[in-house]
Amino acid sequence: MKGERAVFQEKSRFLAALGMTRSVKTIPKSGFLARKERGLGMTIAGGVATVLLGGMVCSGLVPVARAQVTAQRLLDSAREPRNWLMYSGDYAGRRYSTLDQIRTSNVSSLVPKWAYQTMAGGKFEATPLVVDGVLYATGADDRAFALDARSGRPIWQYQRALPPDIRPCCGRVNRGMAILGDKVFLGTLDAHVIALDTRTGNVVWDVGTSDYNKGYSITLAPLVIKNLVLIGVSGGEYGIRGFIDAYDGATGARKWRFYTVPGPGEPGHETWEGDSWKIGGAPAWITGTYDAATNTTFWTTGNPSPSNRGEGRGGDNLYSNSLLALDPDTGKLKWHFQFTKHDEHDYDATQVPVLVDEGDRDLILQANRNGFFYVIDRASGKLVSATPYGRVTWSNAKDASGVPIERKEASPTLTGVPVCPGALGATNWFSPSYDPQTKLFYVTAREQCDIFSTAPQPYDAGHAFYGSAYFPNDDSQPFWGAVRAIDPATSQIKWELKHLSPSWSGVLSTAGGLIFTGDAEGNFMALDAASGKILWHFQCGASVYASPMTYAIDGKQYVAIAAGSTLFAFGLP
Amino acid sequence: MLALKFAEKTAFCLLRTFTNFPCRRARPAILVFIAIGLPVHGVFAQEKNPYAGDEKIAKLGGYQFRLNCAFCHGLGARGGGRGPDLTRAQKRHGNSDAEMFHNIHDGIPGTAMPAATNGGIGVGMSDEEIWQVVTYLRSVQVKAPEQPAGNAEHGKELFNGALGCSTCHMIQGKGGRLGPDLTTVGGSRSAEYLVESVRNPNRRLAQGIFEAMKEFPQEYETVSVVTADGTKLSGVVLNQDQFTLQMLDTREQVHLFEKDKLRSFETRRESAMPAYEQKTLSDKDLQDVIAYLQTVGAQ
Repeated sequence: MKGERAVFQEKSRFLAALGMTRSVKTIPKSGFLARKERGLGMTIAGGVATVLLGGMVCSGLVPVARAQVTAQRLLDSAREPRNWLMYSGDYAGRRYSTLDQIRTSNVSSLVPKWAYQTMAGGKFEATPLVVDGVLYATGADDRAFALDARSGRPIWQYQRALPPDIRPCCGRVNRGMAILGDKVFLGTLDAHVIALDTRTGNVVWDVGTSDYNKGYSITLAPLVIKNLVLIGVSGGEYGIRGFIDAYDGATGARKWRFYTVPGPGEPGHETWEGDSWKIGGAPAWITGTYDAATNTTFWTTGNPSPSNRGEGRGGDNLYSNSLLALDPDTGKLKWHFQFTKHDEHDYDATQVPVLVDEGDRDLILQANRNGFFYVIDRASGKLVSATPYGRVTWSNAKDASGVPIERKEASPTLTGVPVCPGALGATNWFSPSYDPQTKLFYVTAREQCDIFSTAPQPYDAGHAFYGSAYFPNDDSQPFWGAVRAIDPATSQIKWELKHLSPSWSGVLSTAGGLIFTGDAEGNFMALDAASGKILWHFQCGASVYASPMTYAIDGKQYVAIAAGSTLFAFGLP
Repeated sequence: MLALKFAEKTAFCLLRTFTNFPCRRARPAILVFIAIGLPVHGVFAQEKNPYAGDEKIAKLGGYQFRLNCAFCHGLGARGGGRGPDLTRAQKRHGNSDAEMFHNIHDGIPGTAMPAATNGGIGVGMSDEEIWQVVTYLRSVQVKAPEQPAGNAEHGKELFNGALGCSTCHMIQGKGGRLGPDLTTVGGSRSAEYLVESVRNPNRRLAQGIFEAMKEFPQEYETVSVVTADGTKLSGVVLNQDQFTLQMLDTREQVHLFEKDKLRSFETRRESAMPAYEQKTLSDKDLQDVIAYLQTVGAQ
């Protein structure tokens, strides 16, 4: 917080020197509300700075049109493949690019073009955005930066001053930003949403969403739809009550909130035993997708709390581990589909829901953490099919509508039961990809079983609350992983490339006939999208915990990936 | 979302080495400096466990242990595939309350033990929760140090002589390199673990190198290769990835290969160590070898 205040005071002095003084509120020192208020203070200062820069724009120093990302540009992202305008590359969540300069025939000559060191510890999970030659990304501890996407040279850097007692369950990570107009947006580990000026990195607005002391945090990249910034929260390990929010991109004012655990009187509330809904979890911690044709946004949710112990929260526990179809203007629920009912294995459904049109059917594809590949009708939310794409032992039956249901013996016990997939899932948050050329869906799969045991644990606000322990099943085969190409028409696996150990890298597909992905041994590689054959690889020096993206500047295509604390960009020589 | 926790754990255990001060024996002046310089890490506030002997707190600590520690240290703290047995009174990295707190709070550099804070261990623990865990560990600690039942002197003779252990295993700088160094194993692993490792080495392969950010360490797998010129080699894997292999052959020579240049290669998840059964190693002699390892490990 000291850092932000210093920046703020600096800016005040700067403005004062220019004769642009303006009375600013006293900045409170700390506390949840205090931060919120300070956010308002920043808004005023940011506004002045924007005016100032606006003046420079008018005098011709900065081409204003270049910096403006309108809502229409986001809708038409396919028209400008040189840019990567949102987390998954497009609203359909396909992580596919029509750029084809780098292709199967020349990818073997790919070379690193630049590397940017964040100097951050922990995992680097971000997917950068690229807009008109500028790359925007985030790193661990809620840092953000803008780079010259041609050279990797920084233009500005921002570092959130985080409170010492934040509660990120699984690393001090951030997966990236969203952009609208001249602002980029990120969620923070202390559960704020902030807007930064794309030209300076200055905070334009800063809004608290929830109380980090109770275990709320934000790690996902927001999704911009029209003038709204949509986010969801993390905290399924702390007994939070999950939600999805929408904020006005211009002001930060909250427009709506959808609680992923229904309250009294709301449909779905009856799926929770007693008061368990109050600490029901169901965090929405991966970026959603959007279908403009029907004006529907699709979001997925994580585990019910406590994640691995169903006792005390009897019922299906809606809308945990679900796919939600929401009206982006109002947050109103259109339909829901629950992948894992009454989950006891931490099978968060937080995998990007991919929108695909097959003939006259509009579908959603998801390779779920629970090991099933789901095909869902996008209009109705009805299941089309659910087929295992990895080793599954938690379920051996389906209900009348074809939805896989838990095998009773897979329920965790005090001494532990072996279950596949393990606690980390058959896949996890890292992105899949759908390639409209090959008509294949690519996913990084993990083959790891675990022993699940319970830990009867009382809820204590802000303290870890997942009611279980799990252990590697050390009698089993060594853990391994694979990139799998699934044909959505048949749900059959067309090819797989084995990884020596389970990977945390997402997949990018391109019109060059390629897919890009990384492995836990630090390799970043290009595969033939049709066969899975490795065509090129580069050793990054640290495991890849991110999904790749691609962009172009001056007619030259680049592919970027985060690994370790470094962002790499590759291109043809 | 727990899913991400283990990965972060390994990441932190390695990064810690570069970022953290050796604060275990830090003087007050240094602690003040840390307090200012690294506010996020917090400061170790007290030397004594405020909850010592409190059974209710020990129970809470038991929950915390299951959530955050049992993945490596096993249920009941008796050691798992990765982490040492913590029920032993003699702990390799310190026995005092303050040392245990520090080891959990800050991790142990050079080992797989990550820091509890910042999501390093499990979902992370507050100072209060760390003290709960320390209280729990005291409650499950075996009363007296594990007394070697066997004859350590005779065990040493067997280790270096008839059994041939030292051909592959080093102890205090003497012995072979093909298997893991066993200098400290007797101080951190339970007798049952050691017995199992000798009787059935394939059951759980020893861990080798931990890489930055990687969840799972390379294990001591067996490898056989045939090089492009037809040379046959076998030994253990030091490390490997999709494209390259780093191995130690049975003559302790290091070989670095690109896999696509080899005529063939095969790794097996088997220990290069023979299983010592009753007929080659009696229970009594095994007890003596364990006693030797424990004696060395306690030093």
